[in-house]
Amino acid sequence: MIIVLAYCAVLLSFASGLLALLMNQQSHLLAANQFIVDKYPNLAKPLQNLLHYSLDVHRFPVLLRQAVFILLGLSGVFAVLAGLSVLLTQAVILDQIPLGLPWLPWHVRFDALSGFFFLMIGIAVSAVSLYGPSYVNAYDERHHPFAVLGLFTGLFVAGMLLVLLANDAFMFMIAWELMSVASYFLVAFQHENPANRRAAFLYLLMAEVGALAIILAFGVLASFADGFTFDALRNAPLSNLWASIAFGLALLGFGMKVGIFPVHVWLPEAHPVAPSHISALMSGVMLKVALYGLIRFCFDLLGNVQWQWGVVLVVLGTISALGGILYAMMQSNLKRLLAYSSVENVGIMIMTLGLAMIFLDSGFPQLAALGFLAALFHAFNHALFKNLLFLGAGILHHQTHELNIDHMGGLIKKMPHTSLLFLVGCMSISSLPLFNGFVSEWLAFQTALQADVLDNGILRSLIPVAAAALALTAALGAACFVKVYGMIFLGQSRSHHSEKAHEVGDKTMLAGPILLAVLCFLIGVFPGAIINLIDSVSLQLIGQTMPNDSTLGWLWLAPVSAQQASYSPPLVLVGVLVAGGATFWYLRRNPETKTMRRSATWDCGFGGINARMQYNCSAFTMPFRRIFANVWLIDERIDKTMKGAMQQDVAAVSHHLQIEDHTWGRLYQPIERGVNNLARLIGRIQTGNIRTYLGYSFVTLLLMLWVIS
Amino acid sequence: MNWLIAALQTALFVLLAPLLAGWLKCCKCALQNRKAPSVLQPYRDLLKLTRKNPVVAEQASWVFTRTPYIVFSMTVLAASVVPLIAVDLPTSASADVIVMVGFFAFARFFLALAGLDIGTAFGGMGSSREMTISSLAEPAMLMAVFTLAMAESTTNLSVAISHVLNDGLLLRPSFLFALYALILVAVAETGRIPVDNPTTHLELTMIHEAMILEYSGRHLALIEWASQIKLMLYGTLIVNIFLPWGIAENFTSSALLYGLLIIVAKLAALAIVLALSETLLAKMRLFRVQEYLSFAYLLGLLGLLSHIILEASR
Repeated sequence: MIIVLAYCAVLLSFASGLLALLMNQQSHLLAANQFIVDKYPNLAKPLQNLLHYSLDVHRFPVLLRQAVFILLGLSGVFAVLAGLSVLLTQAVILDQIPLGLPWLPWHVRFDALSGFFFLMIGIAVSAVSLYGPSYVNAYDERHHPFAVLGLFTGLFVAGMLLVLLANDAFMFMIAWELMSVASYFLVAFQHENPANRRAAFLYLLMAEVGALAIILAFGVLASFADGFTFDALRNAPLSNLWASIAFGLALLGFGMKVGIFPVHVWLPEAHPVAPSHISALMSGVMLKVALYGLIRFCFDLLGNVQWQWGVVLVVLGTISALGGILYAMMQSNLKRLLAYSSVENVGIMIMTLGLAMIFLDSGFPQLAALGFLAALFHAFNHALFKNLLFLGAGILHHQTHELNIDHMGGLIKKMPHTSLLFLVGCMSISSLPLFNGFVSEWLAFQTALQADVLDNGILRSLIPVAAAALALTAALGAACFVKVYGMIFLGQSRSHHSEKAHEVGDKTMLAGPILLAVLCFLIGVFPGAIINLIDSVSLQLIGQTMPNDSTLGWLWLAPVSAQQASYSPPLVLVGVLVAGGATFWYLRRNPETKTMRRSATWDCGFGGINARMQYNCSAFTMPFRRIFANVWLIDERIDKTMKGAMQQDVAAVSHHLQIEDHTWGRLYQPIERGVNNLARLIGRIQTGNIRTYLGYSFVTLLLMLWVIS
Repeated sequence: MNWLIAALQTALFVLLAPLLAGWLKCCKCALQNRKAPSVLQPYRDLLKLTRKNPVVAEQASWVFTRTPYIVFSMTVLAASVVPLIAVDLPTSASADVIVMVGFFAFARFFLALAGLDIGTAFGGMGSSREMTISSLAEPAMLMAVFTLAMAESTTNLSVAISHVLNDGLLLRPSFLFALYALILVAVAETGRIPVDNPTTHLELTMIHEAMILEYSGRHLALIEWASQIKLMLYGTLIVNIFLPWGIAENFTSSALLYGLLIIVAKLAALAIVLALSETLLAKMRLFRVQEYLSFAYLLGLLGLLSHIILEASR
């Protein structure tokens, strides 16, 4: 029964993709309609009216778009239902689908881990499909056909869901490629711009290299196992060395998709160019599918995790988290910034996952369950708030036609609803108490602080340092999102576009972000619900649940024990409301002083404060740029144009700032040069002379014969 | 009963905070050969401010007018977590020391937004600098806290202090490092000399003051009061974690009274030390603050390492 729900989710997303193809077939549909009417004139009248109504020239595209997104939304709802029911029943459902080659059916397994990610995808897809119809209205049908967008969105979602269902390496890879390739077409959707094509190609390249690494990782396992089903791979007798090689390949492959430093470079290129609801799905959910792959591969298929792998993950995660947020801080393109911030959040997840591995191998499964919980909880939270922020960025782009933060400003008065929703997203991602981001970060800190139980002295000192780096990440994240919110919504308008902006007309566009924002807050105050769900995942995977001290009751969160640490968000909320409410009431009790006097902003007596006097992005982040100067490649110049007889008066000053990623110069360009050199070497044997080529064929043939005999 | 005592202690905390600020000013004046205002002057200032109509810039949005309430309630909440005169408080369990740092981050987030809300250069400058300093101070603070948390294997402040009390006076190197780190962070976080100067209004040097330049009336009162509470909170953290003796371990009235007297004495003594250091030191350049704070971070790290190498029980 549960598996039917999951299949429904997949099929509905396929159906939504196929339905989108009808967009260009309006004339054929009209002909078909005519044919039906002629053939069956006594067909029910209401049905005929309905067909006639919906095939109207102007009405048809709108209705079709809505239908496509309704199907997609239903797919999301079914995914949520399937995920919740498998998590609550703790069932493991096995199935086979007779697809593909006759002797190779697709093996399906739906368990708690898949269910949890189903839930995540379901929520994100539902929110996106509430938001989508009005967002895609802005596209011109001639240049950006909806058929393409709708088809690949459907395939993309179906691919992600199928990855989660896969129980053999073949199905896994087919679904994985479906997800990757469909999302490539979505990134390349606005392909008229060369930069977008370049970004899409980079994305495809890295996705495929990653896929190769994953195939190799499966290959390593399969060479010790009899078959490609996950059951066979699970039982493969691996030596530690081969297991580590498989782990390394899987880390490279999944890490490329998940965006670990230094293989994160496609994220900041691809996310800004995709349509916003697609970047929301890519950043919010697709990265999580790759995380799922990593978890499935390491904890389930490899089984015996080794603490050294955990150390690798902790180190890589910490670097990704710090690097991601530092790069995010320097961006002025909102979606690029959000992409870098995804690198940061992924780093946090990878780090806590590494902690879980270390504890698991050191014989502390309870603490491993705690780290696992922190990682999955953060993944869930990130899916919510990053989705919210990307959808918010889409609304901003829709209303102001800008993505550059420096060209916005003052929008809080023009777009009150959007600004409030975006604020919730910013507060969650900055991990402020009472919002969901804080809970998972708090759990990550608690996991790291348990390092005292380990025997290995180096680990005991490494882990708290990683935790302190996490603290730095969190603080920098808060600074980054103060910048984002302050520059976009506060102050005075910095450009003509943002001056003319107004709130979205179509309120359904806000429904998706509202859903996500409410969930961010509710989960921040009542984290227990999600924690119970994740506990069933870790029970199946690690065989342990988080040691929550139940003596305190459901209001409390007490990993390990109440003596060690506890946190009760509902009580904190009550405390804030009491303290804030009491002061609010007390200070405004006197009607005479209750009123506020509005007056001009203090301008030091010179007059004429204008928008250009405000701090902008690069001004706000200047102290950081100076303190962490070596992290970026900074090219900052101030050009002065001089005038006057002696060229001594400044006529105009221009400030030029360009910030580049170190990885390009240090890692990718050497690789590129190496590939080019190798190609040149190989090119030498290509003489262009047909006799030489015949000679090559002959020699090859001889060699083959020799090998066979 | 426990909850009542916790609430009363929080109220006491909030009410005593201006007194500490007044006493600190008295000490500084005495050291600098100036005539000091009354110790009660901060109360009078706050009272005066609450009676005035606030003037709000035309540009300001709801973020600006709501921020003082958010900052104040978050600071009060943070104060409720810290044991002042008695340990074993239920409020300490509802939020541990990491959450307390989170409360400050919450308040700072809104204060920085309020600075940007007005759309002047001063506000942006203050926000930018405040976020810079705090993002360096927070890891240093947590490093010191982690040392404590690992040594006492808890992040619950009440429990940690009871552990220190039970262990008796042990001169542990990790604690000394953590204490030093916490003092440095406390100076930076409360905006005192040498990091920031709460009395300056010179645009080149001010940090915290630049953000709240546009505030007046009851809004200003709330923000001033919140920073006084924050000062007292850091002071209480320092004296109660590292010298907890005298704090009430049960809720009898004599123990509570004794605890109150002891904490007042301890804070008064700490204020004298702070006044001395503020008089002796000069404010440093903004771009030397990162060296100062990374030193604090390093001290925290040293404390942690010395705990792991020297003190861990294996």
